Amino acid sequence: MSDRTIVVISAGLSQPSSTRLLADRLAEATVAELAARGITAQVQTVDLRDVAHEIVNMTLTGFPSGDLVPVLEQVAAADGLIAVTPVFSASYSGLFKSFVDVLDKDALVDRPVLLGATGGTGRHSLALEYAMRPLFAYLRADVVPTAVFAATDDWATAGGDDANPLPARIRRAGRQLAEEVADREPSAPVGLYDAVPSFEQLLGGS
Amino acid sequence: MQFGIFTVGDVTTDPTTGHTPDDTERVRAMLTIAQHADQAGLDVFATGEHHNPPFVPSSPTTMLGYLAGSTKNIVLSTATTLITTNDPVRLAEEYAMLQVISDGRMDLMMGRGNTGPVYPWFGQDIRQGIPLAIENYALLRRLWEEEVVDWQGKFRTPLQGFTSTPRPLDGVPPFVWHGSIRSPEIAEQAAYYGDGFLHNGIFWPIEHAAQMIGFYRQRFEHYGHGQADQAIVGLGGQVFMHKSSQEAVKQFRPYFDEAPVYGHGPSLEEFMRDTPLTVGSPQQVIDRYGAMRDKIGHYQRQMFLMDHAGLPLKTVLEQIDILAEDVVPVLRREAEAARPAHVPANPPSHAERVAAARAAGTLPVAAVTATDHWTGRTAEDDVEAADAVTR
Repeated sequence: MSDRTIVVISAGLSQPSSTRLLADRLAEATVAELAARGITAQVQTVDLRDVAHEIVNMTLTGFPSGDLVPVLEQVAAADGLIAVTPVFSASYSGLFKSFVDVLDKDALVDRPVLLGATGGTGRHSLALEYAMRPLFAYLRADVVPTAVFAATDDWATAGGDDANPLPARIRRAGRQLAEEVADREPSAPVGLYDAVPSFEQLLGGS
Repeated sequence: MQFGIFTVGDVTTDPTTGHTPDDTERVRAMLTIAQHADQAGLDVFATGEHHNPPFVPSSPTTMLGYLAGSTKNIVLSTATTLITTNDPVRLAEEYAMLQVISDGRMDLMMGRGNTGPVYPWFGQDIRQGIPLAIENYALLRRLWEEEVVDWQGKFRTPLQGFTSTPRPLDGVPPFVWHGSIRSPEIAEQAAYYGDGFLHNGIFWPIEHAAQMIGFYRQRFEHYGHGQADQAIVGLGGQVFMHKSSQEAVKQFRPYFDEAPVYGHGPSLEEFMRDTPLTVGSPQQVIDRYGAMRDKIGHYQRQMFLMDHAGLPLKTVLEQIDILAEDVVPVLRREAEAARPAHVPANPPSHAERVAAARAAGTLPVAAVTATDHWTGRTAEDDVEAADAVTR
């Protein structure tokens, strides 16, 4: 048995939040699929609402403060990331994008990522494909093929998508993230200055 | 331990009066501030270098040259000298000239500059910032240390048989600091040469400065310049004082709330918690800054930003007086009492560097009577001048 850490980022604003609900379901599915592969996974969930002020402050000052510090450390050390946002005005929410903006530009390189989004109707579902997926492609994350959109109707026992119901999509997405995470070595802590070239290398490169 | 002030030279509207100084008023205020700091007994005055409004100090050696003639004791320095967009040949010439006319009462701090458009205005590219800093500084040192330089690099036109004049005072170049907030490559560079490293983390948590300084100290030792705790370290700071701490907060808050860098972001209280900014009584400043060495080890230079956010000149001069009278004497005494004997109290002065070079036998004896290979004339015998300084 080896341990992995899954970090869940939820940009839902209300309490309770359907975005958080979807994020929790995706995390449960991923943990279950990892367990089936003999891997224990810990889940760390972050509601961006709780660090909203710190995110704006970092945008203005350039450094993280308060509770945002451990959040950025968790993201940097995660074996897999689940990112879920409500769809606002045809895209990810401003708070969600502001959080992505304060991440180090290399923080998610090659990292397995599962995307999710919520909205009032299924007509917003392609925001995952035209907004979320390109954003994480830019960050060079390894985004799994299934991204899960949950409309209000999807939470009903009847209604929603009968042919391809939400629980099935969640299971498939969780399996895909679990496979990517299981395929990799657990992320090892990296020393802050490990990557700094020696001065001889700096001189040689100039 | 040295305590000084540095200025960015920003033109900022005073939010309490609406007054905006013009460039002339601001430049003159900077001169007054430096002269006042000298009279008050502070150790260092450093000016920034900028080539874009709202900043006025584009020509640091002109300003510092004037100050060399109109101040007595204060060390004149920079915060920072742009090693990326300046021609290293001009830097070698200008700062050797400043060294000579200030009689060694100067040093300088290299920085890269973080304003993207300034680079292309001077024919460079900000993405080459680190390589520029590495190559240009390597050339600058050669121009000071070697009489005749043949050189070829990536960023500047080649040199054949070039001699930078005036030669450094007593054959010993100025002491150099390297300033960086985020780039460990620059800490590595400072460590490699055994130069000073100043972390101006006035907008950053002290833990961040402690990490970078720790890295610099470790690499300083790695390159054989001494023990890690003997490395020459400086720190930036930011304070506003009043004998009543409530009054300090009340007076400073309108400036904080509108300040170009942190205004409209974190609250004053949050910013004081997260960064070295201290707004309060002189004793609060003593407590906060006296504790810095617990985080970064004993260090040699503490610099404060005093004239920013539109604070009027009169207020800045009062702040300098409070700093010099009520804060620095205590901090200096405490630092000296806590300092281990093997750790340098101050950055090396010119006289100490000349003495060290003589002891090490690296004083360029032959270069003292250097012959200009074009005119055949010789320079004055600088060893006598060094003797006069160090005797």
